[in-house]
Amino acid sequence: MTGMTGMTATTSPPPAPTQTAVLSLRGISKRFGAVQALSNIDFDVNPGEVVALVGDNGAGKSTLVKTIAGVYTPDAGTMEFAGSPATVTSPAESQRLGIATVFQDLALCDNLDVVANLFLGRELRTGRALDEVRMEQESWRLLRQLSARIPSVRIPVASLSGGQRQTVAIARSLLGDPKVVMLDEPTAALGVAQTAEVLNLVERLRENGLGVILISHNMSDVMAVADRVTVLRLGRNNGTFDVSRTNVQEIIAAITGATTNAVSERASRRAQTEPTETQEQQ
Amino acid sequence: MSTTTPDPTRDAAPAAPAAPAAPDAPAAPAAPAAPALPADLQDERLIAEAGLAGAARAFLSRLRSGDLGALPVVVGLVIIWVVFQSLNDAFLSPRNLVNLTLQSAAIGTISIGIVLVLLLGEIDLSVGSISGLAAAIVAVGTVERGWPAPVAIVAAILAGTVIGIAYGAIYTRFGVPSFVITLAGLLGFLGLQLKVLGETGSINLPFDSGLVKFAQQTFLPPVVAYVLALLVVAAYVATRLRANARRDAAGLSTTPVGFVAARTAFLAVVLIAPIAVLNQDRGVSVMFLVFLALVVVMDFAIRRTGWGRSVMAVGGNVEAARRAGINVRRIYLTVFALCSTFAAVGGIFAAARLAAANQSSGGADTNLNAIAAAVIGGTSLFGGRGSAYAALLGILVIQSISNGLALINLGSPERYMITGAVLLLAVTVDALSRRSRAAHGRA
Repeated sequence: MTGMTGMTATTSPPPAPTQTAVLSLRGISKRFGAVQALSNIDFDVNPGEVVALVGDNGAGKSTLVKTIAGVYTPDAGTMEFAGSPATVTSPAESQRLGIATVFQDLALCDNLDVVANLFLGRELRTGRALDEVRMEQESWRLLRQLSARIPSVRIPVASLSGGQRQTVAIARSLLGDPKVVMLDEPTAALGVAQTAEVLNLVERLRENGLGVILISHNMSDVMAVADRVTVLRLGRNNGTFDVSRTNVQEIIAAITGATTNAVSERASRRAQTEPTETQEQQ
Repeated sequence: MSTTTPDPTRDAAPAAPAAPAAPDAPAAPAAPAAPALPADLQDERLIAEAGLAGAARAFLSRLRSGDLGALPVVVGLVIIWVVFQSLNDAFLSPRNLVNLTLQSAAIGTISIGIVLVLLLGEIDLSVGSISGLAAAIVAVGTVERGWPAPVAIVAAILAGTVIGIAYGAIYTRFGVPSFVITLAGLLGFLGLQLKVLGETGSINLPFDSGLVKFAQQTFLPPVVAYVLALLVVAAYVATRLRANARRDAAGLSTTPVGFVAARTAFLAVVLIAPIAVLNQDRGVSVMFLVFLALVVVMDFAIRRTGWGRSVMAVGGNVEAARRAGINVRRIYLTVFALCSTFAAVGGIFAAARLAAANQSSGGADTNLNAIAAAVIGGTSLFGGRGSAYAALLGILVIQSISNGLALINLGSPERYMITGAVLLLAVTVDALSRRSRAAHGRA
């Protein structure tokens, strides 16, 4: 298990921010009518790095995710993918580029088995018929690679647990051989064991050299797996933190806006020295 | 979650993105714990069932958990046959069984289309009217207009296809519920059928026409029927062994040879015994054989092609199918088109068997029997569950009831009541088994 919060791990080096980011957004703005949903957002993901995207409701997380996924097109700003400029105007384009998105509702077909769900829409064929043998073989290869614990790939997805369903959804996103995987609230509806399973999976993606964007409200999950945390507040960047050099208080302060005020920042810093441990356990 | 030991993987990962496990690196994790076991049996939580006895045990456990498959229909069919045979021993006579096959072909064919729309969770209420319209087109075309039979048949089938495409277009463009579209179609095409038939309202097909001969008098020679059955069995064995060989080569579990042999023997009995009985009378009707062939082809299309997989996906979760990149609109369009096409073919079969098309062609209970057959055969009304074989099993149940009641001199009143009761029973069994499946994690 990964149980590091980074709180006191001052020895670990920071993730190298100088290396070429696989995905890099500069000055992204998006406006809906009279609402400025995103203004001037910068955001980077490096290969082999988990970046958590946090923020309160209405902070612009979903808008940013959908912009990266190609659901929305930004009004201003540039996007670079693997070092070259890119524009995404549709979800399909984003997928082709190498950005896989696992939305919160997973979008699995409960009546189909794991193999069918993994290969939905891009089945392997021999002639006109489906190549079930090769698909099953590939499914096992993929699941093993993620060290996923699915007992059988020939049972309907409906009979899997929440964590296993999430695993299937993530595994499916990997079939297109993406460079960046975006996970929207992957642990929101999961129990303790299933959450651990999904977090292990996220680490596996990082080990495989993928850039992972993790959207989550759960601070302990974020601290457990993320390398960096990017905080959005009211549609603006409100700080990016190295997990190894920050703590929950600092991030929560950034989320709620406490750090925008020097006085309150100092107050929260003083307060945090004692009750950190108790806060942490929530 | 609050240990303070640094996690080595965390530190290593960003610095070493060139780790050898790129997502598609071939066979990187190829040798996990136990290479002796097939890839799909390595999870220690799986209850391993080995050999023939194991396969039988797995089958029983599946039944107990409510994954009944076609078993309730088969049991129901056996009960119906035993009851009618005890009431009138002419019921299972070769002569009557040949009649049963002839009676089943037309509505059974319509029912295949119903299975398809039900797989999408939609419905087509107008199949009766479309079958009547197709019958009218064939009769008017060949008898009154003097078209060659093939032209009339193709025209009738195409009419069905075009109607289905129109349904699909209205459904996908305007989002009108299929229930309403096809209810309108039921009325509209009944009107068109009456219009096509004209003043007299009834047209007889000559008894010496090819179509009528095909439906009433064309039977397979006994030897051909047996050879055909043996070819099917041989093809089954060949595909099974080939699948086993491929799975073995791919490092997956294989079906035990004993189990393959048992299933082959079962298939041989199921094919050859009825042929032996039917051959004592006129033999295997070619029209019924066409119906069977359509069932087999559609079963293959549903289970083994990308199109069929898409149909099941759309029936299970439209949004998931759309996000997976499936052209949902095309799936609706093709399924509605196929359903109406099958309805037209069924209507032609019915007209040929009756040697006439009239105002009541495709009327009365054609619609309801076709839908009831699909449901009794085990197709879920909510989409995503069912098989083409539901049409075959369901229509055999319905026609057995109607045929048996006629033999014991009971007519329409009893037939409607009993068919209604069987339909209710079938859906109840399905609902109960679904609950049990959910409880046993096989939903």
